[in-house]
Amino acid sequence: MTAREQTEAYEDIPGTWVFDAQRARQGYHLNEFLYSLMKAANRAAFLANEAEYTRRFAMTEAQRTAVLRRDWNKLLELGGVSYALAKLAFTDGKSYQYMASRMTGMTEKEYVEMMLHGGRSPDGWRSRAERQGRA
Amino acid sequence: MARIVAGIGTSHTPAIGACVDNGKTGEPYWAPLFKGYEPAKAWMARTRPDVAIVVYNDHVNAFDFKIIPTFALGCAEEFPIADEGWGPRPVPPVKGYPELAAHLVQSLVLDEFDITIVNEMQVDHGLTVPLTLLCGTPQAWPCRVIPLAVNVIQYPAPTGHRCYMLGRAIRKAVESWNEELKVVIFGTGGMSHQIQGPRAGLINTPFDTAFLDGLSRDPERLVAIEPLEYLRDAGAEAIELVMWLVMRGALGERVEEIHRFYRVPASSTAVGNIILESR
Repeated sequence: MTAREQTEAYEDIPGTWVFDAQRARQGYHLNEFLYSLMKAANRAAFLANEAEYTRRFAMTEAQRTAVLRRDWNKLLELGGVSYALAKLAFTDGKSYQYMASRMTGMTEKEYVEMMLHGGRSPDGWRSRAERQGRA
Repeated sequence: MARIVAGIGTSHTPAIGACVDNGKTGEPYWAPLFKGYEPAKAWMARTRPDVAIVVYNDHVNAFDFKIIPTFALGCAEEFPIADEGWGPRPVPPVKGYPELAAHLVQSLVLDEFDITIVNEMQVDHGLTVPLTLLCGTPQAWPCRVIPLAVNVIQYPAPTGHRCYMLGRAIRKAVESWNEELKVVIFGTGGMSHQIQGPRAGLINTPFDTAFLDGLSRDPERLVAIEPLEYLRDAGAEAIELVMWLVMRGALGERVEEIHRFYRVPASSTAVGNIILESR
């Protein structure tokens, strides 16, 4: 499979933004911002004035807005990687599981319940066609 | 001569570390998981390896995105515990084995694996959670550790075939080290899981079961799994399972399955554990 075919195949997986080289390139400054939240002093500075802190990083306006809105799926689409996004969730005092639940549109309680019952079945989620009931 | 006597496959879910660190292992959600790891812990205590090579991935802690090494081998005397955003885990520092690590680098590069040499590196839950699961909560870890960090965060990760071949080269490298050492190798991460996007929470137990069976009986089948198949069928983060193939490659052809455990869920993850001894 060529790199281009690989990307097309990634795009066919529903509900997923694969963090490939192009998306990583777009997300570089966003992810460096998220990485900075590993330090307690930076977490405090961000929470004290979120908009001002994000201006230290050369991210796009769309990425900045998505950060301020905690628009998790938009952040994935714009090149954020989930492990880095988790640092934003931790800064808010939230868990990984909370962040994942927001991405799915469920409440955290509903999400935990789904996991306790064996998680989400891959059936119907392997391709766009399968998602639309065509495969 | 040094020998790789066994391989351990295990998930490295961060919530497991947080659970141990906060004294919650007895809670109903977690108790069955720790009970399931008891035989593996007992095996580890019996086996008493001198060195553990831990194949794991960093989660944007030691490496940000300035440099993304595909295979990075830790050559330091000691690896401090990373603060991942909620303070470092209260576990002992990880002691390395720089002499053996340097030998591995030399051997692996000559065998055409372009290893990144890392002389200073913090280690995160990807490495410490497997140690906690297999060794419990000691004052000091019972063996020296050589971390081998694999990029599985930015796609593409190295293929399963590449990882398996790296494992074979690691076996050759260890066996050419002129010191009586008992070495074990950890393959960590997985099993099926996805922790991003509307599809988060995906678990595929039949896929995981077949993967565990394959490690034991038919690794060549696993080596042929395409990267896309991991993503599509077992979740975006299931690609971590290629790290288990480094472990399997390092065990030689014949193995005996000593122990297996599987449970859903730990947070968003299907947890798997297998112990294979080299025969």
